[in-house]
Amino acid sequence: MSNEISALATIQRQILWNRLIAVVEEQAQIMIRTAFSTTVREAGDLSAGVFDLSGRMMAQAVTGTPGHVNSMAESVLHFLAKFPAATMKPGDHYITNDPWLGTGHLHDLTVVTPAFHRGNIVGFFANTAHVIDVGGLGMGPDARSVFEEGMYIPIVKCFDQGKPNETLFDILRAGSRLPVELEGDVFSLCACNDAATRRLAEMMEEFSMDSLDPLAMFIFDASRRATVAEIAKIGQGTYSNEIFSDGYDEPVKLCAEMTILNDAVEINFAGTSGLAPRGINVPPAYTRAYASFGLKVVIAPEIPNNWASLAPFRMKIPAGCILNAPRPYAVCARHLIGHLLPDLMMGCLHQTTPARVAAEGASSLWNPPLRGGSGVSGQARGNRKIIPDFEIITFNSGGTGARPGLDGLDATAFPSGVRTMPVEATENVAPIVIWRKELRPDSGGAGRMRGGLGQIMEIGAKGDLEFAVSATFDRVANAPKGREGGLNGANGVVQLKSGEKLRTKGMQVIPDGDRLLLLMPGGGGMGEPTSREPARVARDVRDGLVSADNARMLYKVETDERGQLDEAATRKLRA
Amino acid sequence: MAHARLAVDIGGTFTDLAIEHDGQRRTSKLLTTPEAPERGVIEGVRAILAATGLTSADIGILIHGTTLATNAIIERKGAVTALVTTEGFRDVLAMGNESRYDQYDLNIVLPEPLVPRHLRLTVPERLDNEGHVLRPLDPAAVRALIPVLQRERVESLAIGFLHGFVNSAHEHEARDILAAALPNVPISLASDVSPEMREWERFSTTVANAYVQPRMQTYLRGLEAGLRAMGIDAPIFLMLSGGGLTGIDTACKFPIRLVESGPAGGAIFSAHVAKQCGLDRVLSFDMGGTTAKICLIDDFKPQTARAFEVARVGRFRKGSGLPLRIPVIEMVEIGAGGGSIASVDGMGRISVGPESAGADPGPACYGRGGTRPAVTDANLALGRYDPEKFAGGTMQLHPDAADAALRAKIGGKLGLDAGMAALGVIEMVDENMANAARVHAIESGKTFENRTLIAFGGGGPVHATRIAEKLGITRVLVPSGAGVGSAIGFLRAPVGYEVVRSLYQRFSTFDVGAVNALLAAMAAEAHEVVARGSFGAPTTQIRVAYMRYVGQGHEIPVPLPARPLLTNDVPEIRAAYDREYSRFYDRPVPGSDVEILSYAVVVSTVADAPETAVPTAQDAAGRERRQSVRDTTGQVSTWTVRDRAGFQPGEKLAGPAILAEDETSTLIGPGWFARTNTFGYIELTRGEK
Repeated sequence: MSNEISALATIQRQILWNRLIAVVEEQAQIMIRTAFSTTVREAGDLSAGVFDLSGRMMAQAVTGTPGHVNSMAESVLHFLAKFPAATMKPGDHYITNDPWLGTGHLHDLTVVTPAFHRGNIVGFFANTAHVIDVGGLGMGPDARSVFEEGMYIPIVKCFDQGKPNETLFDILRAGSRLPVELEGDVFSLCACNDAATRRLAEMMEEFSMDSLDPLAMFIFDASRRATVAEIAKIGQGTYSNEIFSDGYDEPVKLCAEMTILNDAVEINFAGTSGLAPRGINVPPAYTRAYASFGLKVVIAPEIPNNWASLAPFRMKIPAGCILNAPRPYAVCARHLIGHLLPDLMMGCLHQTTPARVAAEGASSLWNPPLRGGSGVSGQARGNRKIIPDFEIITFNSGGTGARPGLDGLDATAFPSGVRTMPVEATENVAPIVIWRKELRPDSGGAGRMRGGLGQIMEIGAKGDLEFAVSATFDRVANAPKGREGGLNGANGVVQLKSGEKLRTKGMQVIPDGDRLLLLMPGGGGMGEPTSREPARVARDVRDGLVSADNARMLYKVETDERGQLDEAATRKLRA
Repeated sequence: MAHARLAVDIGGTFTDLAIEHDGQRRTSKLLTTPEAPERGVIEGVRAILAATGLTSADIGILIHGTTLATNAIIERKGAVTALVTTEGFRDVLAMGNESRYDQYDLNIVLPEPLVPRHLRLTVPERLDNEGHVLRPLDPAAVRALIPVLQRERVESLAIGFLHGFVNSAHEHEARDILAAALPNVPISLASDVSPEMREWERFSTTVANAYVQPRMQTYLRGLEAGLRAMGIDAPIFLMLSGGGLTGIDTACKFPIRLVESGPAGGAIFSAHVAKQCGLDRVLSFDMGGTTAKICLIDDFKPQTARAFEVARVGRFRKGSGLPLRIPVIEMVEIGAGGGSIASVDGMGRISVGPESAGADPGPACYGRGGTRPAVTDANLALGRYDPEKFAGGTMQLHPDAADAALRAKIGGKLGLDAGMAALGVIEMVDENMANAARVHAIESGKTFENRTLIAFGGGGPVHATRIAEKLGITRVLVPSGAGVGSAIGFLRAPVGYEVVRSLYQRFSTFDVGAVNALLAAMAAEAHEVVARGSFGAPTTQIRVAYMRYVGQGHEIPVPLPARPLLTNDVPEIRAAYDREYSRFYDRPVPGSDVEILSYAVVVSTVADAPETAVPTAQDAAGRERRQSVRDTTGQVSTWTVRDRAGFQPGEKLAGPAILAEDETSTLIGPGWFARTNTFGYIELTRGEK
């Protein structure tokens, strides 16, 4: 009998864990459906999660992007330090965009909402979303301190027992180039937390729960044990790796020494370059977020994200290095370097578990923030036409690194989890024309498994009038590396259509009659190119993904003018 | 006199038939003949006519649905298809939304486009977002494609240009040039197939239409000829994914609208049952061998949507399939069926599906060599099936094999015996289905309050009361004919057609004239399609606008009057939007203008008044038996088992109990009561004495 009761309890706890994940998934879906910023609703740059009374994340929505998720996991404690749980009331919502208390730059809003059941506070819901504009210089790496990067919202109440904090909303509206979108997004973040608190209360009612604590203990215990078991499967030892980012105006070196213990992984970032004078610095929470993601995706991909499954990944980030930026260093484009951290981690892991690791990819998103109108061109004078004022960002990706048994993915975001926006949708909200957006032949690193292809974009303003880009691109001077004899992916290129190269970072003008041309990096290859199946090389040639010349030179594969494999000539080349 | 109504539903494994005449209904099932599906249909029709003593001349209408189009896409057995598109956009199909459907799996595989890159051909041309020509179409470049298309032996062609849904002139021009040179190659235009914004979804839909068109056309014409040859003169209709019916000509032109017709039939079946019984709020739950389909039905109408994903490669994961933008009945389909395999993951959690044991080897209890436990094994181990009487006694089940599989793969790892392991599996699969229903309701802005769950499919009646408990639903209905619900649903579908078009508008600058012109053209198109099959029957028209706050990304549907709009309608439509928005998401957003993205016009015949066809009487030997069953608290007790056929109107049965029939079993959980209503449906209520 008591066996059956304990067996039933085992089953019920599993059911509750699943239910909790469903609740936070609903939270994320409501945000996507109600959000205003294209970054949230089209690109999915968001996260959502539920926390226990001690501020430990219990579950997180599958929908969302790693940089938000793992850094948001740390943020609830900051809210509780300022507003103790005992002071919170139903209908309260708290907000911040503090890069050091939230997810690393002012464009990310984090909202925390207490959850009540039968009159008692039982936990918290938190979410994060990337909004398009918070004033300041706008999205980009140009600022010299966080004060130039936009409005700074400390942790404050945005709703007090259901009543909006009108003073705050006044300030938000006044401080943004896109006041309607910003206000709408804050409403959306609060609405999705409201729905989640209702759903949690229903669940606790159904299962006669007074507290989330026993469930939290079960989730944490199972997750910690499973994560530790996975770590134990990786060879113990110390491995180190370094990679380079292009930096703002000088290269940035990223170093990691990874020590795999039997129950934890320790990363020491000693040797990494110092802080930059511009907005590419990374707050430590964001460093931990993407480094943990890089570890988790190799070591324990199946285990849901929560406080305990992230805890065994420990980081030492020396003070004064670019991965541990203190306030008030500029951090707006912190994702450029943050997105390279999984590649840095996988370079270490490759030394102990090569069969589970991918080659380096484009990794950093190629998101050109575009601006036109008076802010770029001043007043119209004489016959000179000026484009109407606009501000927009589109999300685009290069290729991912080749996998041990699979080619890399063409033009696909990794490690970020965002989506691109349809060109037709973008052209409906800003006076621009995207003349070209297609794969970039010969950009995937050659290998037994080929790196994913980058893409080419050609962007003009309507009528080819003047506009500006706040360049935020990486892997132009430092191509994604191949592994095990696989070649590097192609470097990125940023230039005018007329030919002049542009800087990879910072605001630059595309003059009347010209266009912006972006050639995004391809992923690195895996294994010797000459060991790639000739038939697959020929298919790539036929599809125009690899040129006949590259097939011959790099893969030692001969094809005819229609891309058909010439077996005899190939045998001779490969002999 | 031609009075019989006949429905034929071709599924992956079975072809289901239902015929109604003189207030009687007969159903049958036979194996699908994938190599020549029309042969299976004709054999099935012949057999069911013989069984009912009818002749070809008695058939007044024949309604057909098929998974053929879906299977051609899943199995990649469509035509050699090429896409002609705007220069600079060769890879729209391959790049999709540039994201991974699983954040944590390094080894994901994305679906291959239906058209390989060497057949994605571009020509110089460009429109802006308002349809103005930025770059004229180059006819010489179009002509230059002709030898390429011939050399590659292209069998079907899709043409889609950027912003072509606003101005289709370039698509028409390219079509005219290519059609003249390639008279035998069917051409699908994006501006015809799916005239809506978002290039990836529009091109994907157009290409899918082109990909299945030659094969569907051959099949449909062959079927028509075969039926005519056997003397059936009755009109033939095809079931559409959106829930309406259309004739063979339209089906040949837009075959992509036939995908998912089977599940659509199931939803219409539910809607009809709801109408018969006066249930205005329903959750339709159809659980088969590999998947469960869940659909919300309000006011006797299934919810509809405009987007669907076909051929998912990643365990039914959202985002792992090919997007289709067509009118569909909105439902969620999850990998939870009788054959879904259970296992224990690295955290000691039971997980169920989406991998399925299929028919071979099938669940362990089939005794065909399966060693991994499936949902059917767990149901058997809990005592819910009589191993001697499964599938009407045609199939002997092996409880020992089920227990052994449950012990080996679940119990051993969690310290549970076979019975408790089975309970864990069933609780988990029920929870997964309930969670899918919850997320679906959230996405639709609906709740489960006062809803009745209508359960069908082989597994629906077995799992229904527990899922109802998890959703707070207190009433469940199990209609008769549950095993062939889709085919019966076909008999209830109206002849109807939906046209969707985009025309960007804001309320602050609403152009009544332009909108009226568009809606009138759409209504004319829909009327023309319907008239071909309605034979003068009265029709209704529904008009809907899809709108959102300026800056938002997801539209909500707002009904429009089915007549030309007047200037003073506009404020009322705007107010209706605010009301709808608040209903979905609690708070309207202050100070925002509203934009209208697209419009839908549906013209359909008035659905038949619910005829109350009664299934042909069966032997009513209602002998009562006993079975040991484990309930959801883990307790084992003795349950009453009755044959459904012998369960008479007026009788009442208190749970725990089971009503058994050939195709399924209805589980009456503890605290539930069963009775039969006037239509012979089992009605289950909770907590009412």
